[in-house]
Amino acid sequence: MQHTALADQTLELHDPHSFVTKYIWSQDHKVIAIQYGLTAVFVGLVALVLSALMRLQLGFPDTFDFITPGAYLQFVTMHGMIMVIYLLTALLLGGFGNYLIPLMVGARDMVFPYMNMLSYWMYLLSVIILLASFFVPGGPTGAGWTLYPPQAILQGTPGYDWGIILMLVSLAVFIIAFTMGGLNYVTTVLQARTRGMTLMRMPLTIWGIFTATVLGLLAFPALLVSAIMMLLDKTIGTSFFMPALVSLGENLDYTGGSPVLFQHLFWFFGHPEVYIVALPAFGMVSDVLACHARKNIFGYRMMVWAIVAIGGLSFVVWAHHMYVSGMHPAFGFFFATTTLIIAVPTAIKVYNWVLTLWQGNIHLRVPMLFAIGFIFTFIHGGLTGLFLGNVTIDLPLSDTYFVVAHFHMVMGVSPIMVLFAAIYHWYPLITGRMLNDALGKAHFWLTFLGTYAIYLPMHYLGFLGVPRRYFAMGSTDFIPESALSLNASITVSALIVGASQLIFLFNVFWSLRHGEKAPHNPWGATSLEWQTPDVPPKHGNWGPELPTVYRWAYDFSVPGAERDFIAQNEPPDAAHPTSGELGGAS
Amino acid sequence: MDTGSHDDSYTAPGVRGMVADWAADKQAFDMPWGKLMMWIFLLSDTFIFSIFLTSYMNVRLSATDSWPNASEVFALEIFGHHLPLILIAIMTFVLITSSGTMAMAVNFAYRRDRRKTVWLMAATALLGASFVGMQAFEWTKLIEDGVRPWGNPWGAAQFGSAFFMITGFHGLHVSAGVIYLAIVARKVARGDYEQKGYAIVEIAGLYWHFVDLVWVFIFAFFYLW
Repeated sequence: MQHTALADQTLELHDPHSFVTKYIWSQDHKVIAIQYGLTAVFVGLVALVLSALMRLQLGFPDTFDFITPGAYLQFVTMHGMIMVIYLLTALLLGGFGNYLIPLMVGARDMVFPYMNMLSYWMYLLSVIILLASFFVPGGPTGAGWTLYPPQAILQGTPGYDWGIILMLVSLAVFIIAFTMGGLNYVTTVLQARTRGMTLMRMPLTIWGIFTATVLGLLAFPALLVSAIMMLLDKTIGTSFFMPALVSLGENLDYTGGSPVLFQHLFWFFGHPEVYIVALPAFGMVSDVLACHARKNIFGYRMMVWAIVAIGGLSFVVWAHHMYVSGMHPAFGFFFATTTLIIAVPTAIKVYNWVLTLWQGNIHLRVPMLFAIGFIFTFIHGGLTGLFLGNVTIDLPLSDTYFVVAHFHMVMGVSPIMVLFAAIYHWYPLITGRMLNDALGKAHFWLTFLGTYAIYLPMHYLGFLGVPRRYFAMGSTDFIPESALSLNASITVSALIVGASQLIFLFNVFWSLRHGEKAPHNPWGATSLEWQTPDVPPKHGNWGPELPTVYRWAYDFSVPGAERDFIAQNEPPDAAHPTSGELGGAS
Repeated sequence: MDTGSHDDSYTAPGVRGMVADWAADKQAFDMPWGKLMMWIFLLSDTFIFSIFLTSYMNVRLSATDSWPNASEVFALEIFGHHLPLILIAIMTFVLITSSGTMAMAVNFAYRRDRRKTVWLMAATALLGASFVGMQAFEWTKLIEDGVRPWGNPWGAAQFGSAFFMITGFHGLHVSAGVIYLAIVARKVARGDYEQKGYAIVEIAGLYWHFVDLVWVFIFAFFYLW
């Protein structure tokens, strides 16, 4: 092949010379990853505080004067938007995508490091614009994270003026940032793999991140276009999404627009977004499970095709978020069917994770605890998805706490369990230190049991018909007193879980200095990122020569091998049987 | 050095060989990084324009007022003759011509004929700039006729909204392309690519052809429908 020499050349690397080029205007994918990660965790903490405030109001109504109904809606909106976009998308793709892609495929850096750097700074700008909306007149938007017009830009919704404009601008900037990063991730995976690293030898982490990035590049355009159109509706008075309206007794100038069009555009982005968050998590948890069970991942090829199939299907299910918006029954049938078909590849993945654990040599270290915790939370969240995917069951449950419980389990708690697993797993590589085990275990049990204490009762609230996004229940006949006590108990659990994240933060910062020094490849992992000459890897990752890959990433406990793992770059040899053939190209 | 890959499968016939080739190590497509990245960007941009056009069709169908007749709105009086769509026809012709000069520029770039490459790229950028100029003229005329993003004298307000938004977004793409071509042409003239090769001209060309292709769709759906 013609351009193979490119991967080996070091000319393109811009070696940093000063503190500023090394840590601030850095083009090294590892530094950019950490910048992305820290920024994402910071805004994530803001969103966590917002959720605590919401829970305080719900659990103990009439107790906190500063939480007004308007402020409550703003907390709901900003919590949702930050968690989905600015924390999960940014941390999984900008953070872990950046760190792991070049290391796992054996590249020196992303293919265009300068653009990668710009991606982070645009992301930071979008975060600043987002946070600025807390300080403008009227505060941030309170339209709900779906930002449905007409209410999002009409008087009566908090932040209908400045807040919504800043929100939309921030999203547009975020999309530009994501596109610059995403083009890099996709091109790096396709074109910059090292010798022997065929597509079907890549760790599942890379498959998950790669597919999610492709989804992002095709789904974010819908959000960008709808943001532009809503901005025009808000600022210069076009009527894309705005029908003729009477607001506060006044006839508005809008006429003839289509609010449902926005919902279609939003969910054409919004549904793939679920998988933009889920697929990298699927990938990373596969690698963590295989490594800590000392067993090859069950059904590698099936896992890859399941990731790709889920990615493809995620573009034809969006209207299942809109069953109550009014739709031709045939469309309801179509979207319910496609939605339930997604359960097939997803179930394949879950079975394969469980079968990977079956008869494995399981080491219950902290990353593994979180990975197994993920299987639990994901199965629970996934099963309730089957309820909501059916039109007839969705109609009564729509906009109740059942929906809140469902999506928090499946795309809130589950990816976050994997993120914790990933941080505990890769922290030794990133920092060269081990995290404290006892603190990690305490963090796991509080988080895992705590999330069940939060979300399990919410399913019952949903069955009772308790509506989501309400500031207070008031005196409604169908909601019994006991629902209020349930809400109080959920709030207490949420505060405990929120506080237990401080254990994690303490662990991360304390271990940076005082953690045990990490041995080389502490978990006995096979994939390339653990085989770098230096830990943490230096700029350029591989020293003078790129590694050569001889096998897939899952040669654990190979009978007859010296150790219970064979690294991907270990040459085949008479003493080592090569079971790597399974992952070969043929 | 043994790469550990299954070399014989590359030559296998049919689908199996194709899959093996595509999934080979190092790179999936036999092209420079920048070119692949441009292709992927254009795929993403295709989604942006498709969604713009789909949204336009949707608001056109949901609009409560009647839709203005495009061939009447976009007509010019030239020397006493009433010519529908004449300006758009010229603009389209100019833009498609610029795709021709761009294709020739790519050809000469790979032959390392720097002088001709620079001239042809300059011609392409000039044609692009004149397209933007004519678009500015068209906008001015429409605004004088009373078309605004929030309303117009003839019917549905969405006519002006969609028109200014979509042609504006496309016009920004053309303007960005003109600047991009100018920068690359300058670097070609200085000989910056003698070492690296001239793939960059083709990459800029990909973008330019894409912008032209999008215009064909805007032309068909907005002016001819």
